[in-house]
Amino acid sequence: MTATHIHAAPLPNSRLRVGDVLRVGASGLRTRRLRTGLSTLGVAIGIAAMVGVLGLSASSREDLQTKIRALGTNLLEVQAGTGFGRGSGTLPNTAVAMVSRIGPVTSVSSIATVTGAVRRNDMISAGITSGISVFAADPGLLDTLHATLAGGKWLDAATSTYPAVVLGSITAQKLGIVNVADQIRVRMGDQWFAVIGILDPVAAAPGLDRGAIVGIAAASTYLAAGAAVVPETIYVRTTEADVNSVRNVLSNTVNPATPEEVQVSRPSDALAAQDAASSAFTSLFLGLGAVALLVGGIGIANVMVIAVIERRSEIGLRRALGATRAHIRRQFLTEAVLLAGAGGVVGVGLGAGVTAIYASIKHWQIVIPPIAIIGGIVAAIVIGGIAGLYPASRAARLPPTEALRSN
Amino acid sequence: MSESGESWREAPAAEQPALELVDVVKEYPGEPPIRALDGVSLQIEAGELAAIVGPSGSGKSTLLHIIGTLDRPTSGVLRLAGVEASAMSDKQLSAVRSQLIGFVFQQFFLLEGMTALENVANGLLYKGIVPSERRRAAAEALERVGLGNRLEHTPNKLSGGERQRVAIARAIVNRPSIVLADEPTGNLDSKSGASVMELIRELHLEGRTILIITHDRELAASLPRRISMRDGAVESDETDSHPTSQLAAR
Repeated sequence: MTATHIHAAPLPNSRLRVGDVLRVGASGLRTRRLRTGLSTLGVAIGIAAMVGVLGLSASSREDLQTKIRALGTNLLEVQAGTGFGRGSGTLPNTAVAMVSRIGPVTSVSSIATVTGAVRRNDMISAGITSGISVFAADPGLLDTLHATLAGGKWLDAATSTYPAVVLGSITAQKLGIVNVADQIRVRMGDQWFAVIGILDPVAAAPGLDRGAIVGIAAASTYLAAGAAVVPETIYVRTTEADVNSVRNVLSNTVNPATPEEVQVSRPSDALAAQDAASSAFTSLFLGLGAVALLVGGIGIANVMVIAVIERRSEIGLRRALGATRAHIRRQFLTEAVLLAGAGGVVGVGLGAGVTAIYASIKHWQIVIPPIAIIGGIVAAIVIGGIAGLYPASRAARLPPTEALRSN
Repeated sequence: MSESGESWREAPAAEQPALELVDVVKEYPGEPPIRALDGVSLQIEAGELAAIVGPSGSGKSTLLHIIGTLDRPTSGVLRLAGVEASAMSDKQLSAVRSQLIGFVFQQFFLLEGMTALENVANGLLYKGIVPSERRRAAAEALERVGLGNRLEHTPNKLSGGERQRVAIARAIVNRPSIVLADEPTGNLDSKSGASVMELIRELHLEGRTILIITHDRELAASLPRRISMRDGAVESDETDSHPTSQLAAR
C-alpha cells in the first residue's frame, strides 16, 4: 500500500475522541498527585460542610417530627402558674372534672408531685432521693400522653389504691430494675411498694422518665398521711380540629376564680420551635459551606492558572501534534472539572459519613437528602467548570510558537 | 510483522514536492517592522534529507515555524505535499500538523509521567484514531528506533539519546510528508548525537523526507543537501551528487 499524497480534497480536521478528552484531562492530574489532592480537598471540605449540614438538619428534623407525631399536636398541658406573689401552684380539686366536660376533649388526666423518695430497701436513708420524683397519677394518664410501657402493667382502678408503683425509664435504670417479673418491691416513705410496670421514655412529659408513679388514692393513703392529693398538671387530649378553641377556654374552666394563674401550653409547640430554631442555624451553616466551596473553587482556578503557565511546552507540543485551540481548551476545562468533581464525590462521602456518625451517636434516624448528594456533586462540577474557564481559554489562546519557546 | 505494519516505512509517492516555499516573507510588527524572512523560495522533494543551516538571527527558527505551520507568513506561498497552507485558518493548520508534519525538538518535549509508548502514541492522538490502534502503531515505531525494550519506561528513566529516539518515533508514527527536526542533537553528547544522526540517516534511506534545522555547520556538512540562511534569506543551496556516500563518511 502506497499513500498517494495528493490532497485535492481539504484535509480532514484534527479530531480528539471523547474518551481521549477525559484521558488527556486526567493525565495532567495523574502526574501532579500532591497538588491534585490538595486542590481536591479544598472543594471536598466545602461540599462536605454543605452535605453534612443538610444531612444533620434533615436527620434531626426527622427525629423531631417523629417526636411530634408521637406526641400529637392535639395534646395540651395545663399547669398552675407560679405567678408573682402567689404561693405554690396547685390547681383546684375540681379541675379534672370541669375540663372533661368541655365538648371536644377526648381525655383528661392529672399528675401531682408527692413528697418522698424511692429506695431499693429500708437500709437506705429516706433523704437520698437519687433525683427521683414521686408522682400521683390517675389511670387515664397513659392513654392521654400516648405513653407506652417497656414492661409490666400500668395502674388500673384496683392497683391505684394499693401500694403499687410504675417506674419511669431512667428511674428503673437508676434503681437497677430491668424485669418486672422479678416481683421487686421498693421502699417509699414507710411502705413497701410493688413495682408493677416500667415506662418507655415519655415524649410528652420527659419529667416522668425520672419519676415513680403511684395511684392518687395510694399516694393519699400511704405517702400523704390521708391528706387529699391536689393536681398540679393536667394533660388534655382534644379532637384535632378544636385544639385552639379548647385552649382558649381552658384557663377559665380550670380555675374560674383566678384564670390568670393557669398556664396552658402545647408540648408539641416546644418541639416545633426547636425545629424552627435549628433550620435558622442550617441556613447559617449552609452559607458557611458555600463560602468554603467558593474558596475551594478559587483554589482550583489558582492551580489551573499555574498549571497553564508551567505547562506551556506541553501546550506547544500538543499544538505541534495537531491539537486545535478547542482541543487545548477542552483539555484544561476537563482537568478543572475532574479536579472539582473528585472533590465533590469525596465531599459528599465525607458529609454523609459525618451525618451517619453524628446521627447514630444521637440515636437519630440517618437521613441524607438526595438533593444534597446530587446537588453537592453538581455544584462541584459547576464550580470546576467556572474555575477552569479562564485558565483553559488562556491556554487555548497561547500561540504555538510562544508555547514552544524554551524557558 | 503484518503487511500493514510495514506500510509506515514506505516512501510517500513522489508526484508532489514534500515542501514548497515561494517568496515567503515574515515581518514582525514594530517601528520599523522587523523582517525575519525576506523572500525565501525553496523546494524539498519527497525523500530528501536536507539541512537548513545558519547562525542565530539568520531567520532559520522563523523559517522552521512557518514550514511547521506554527506561524503564518506575512506574504508568499507555502505548500506541504501539494496542500496550500499559507492562508489557512488556525483549525486547518492544526489538521496539517496532525497529518502532514512530524516534529523533533531540541528539548525532546516528552510528557513526564507518561511511558515512551504513550508519548509516541500521542503523535496520533489528534487524528482521532482509537487508543488500541495508536498503541500498536507506537510500539512499532519504537521498535523501529531501537527502543522495543523500553516501551513502558517513563522519560526520566531514559538517557538523552533514548529520549530523542522516542521523540523521533513520535514524529514518524503518523507517517508525515515531512519530518522537521530542530537542532535534534543540540542537547546530546557527541556519542548520542552521532547515534541519533545515524537513525535519521537510516530513516532517510527508507524514504522519509527529513529537514534538519541547525546552526552546526559540521553536522550540516554531513547531509546530502545544505541550505544556508543569512539575514532572512537563502545564502546558498548545495546538493551532493551522491547523497548516499555521506552515510559512510561519518
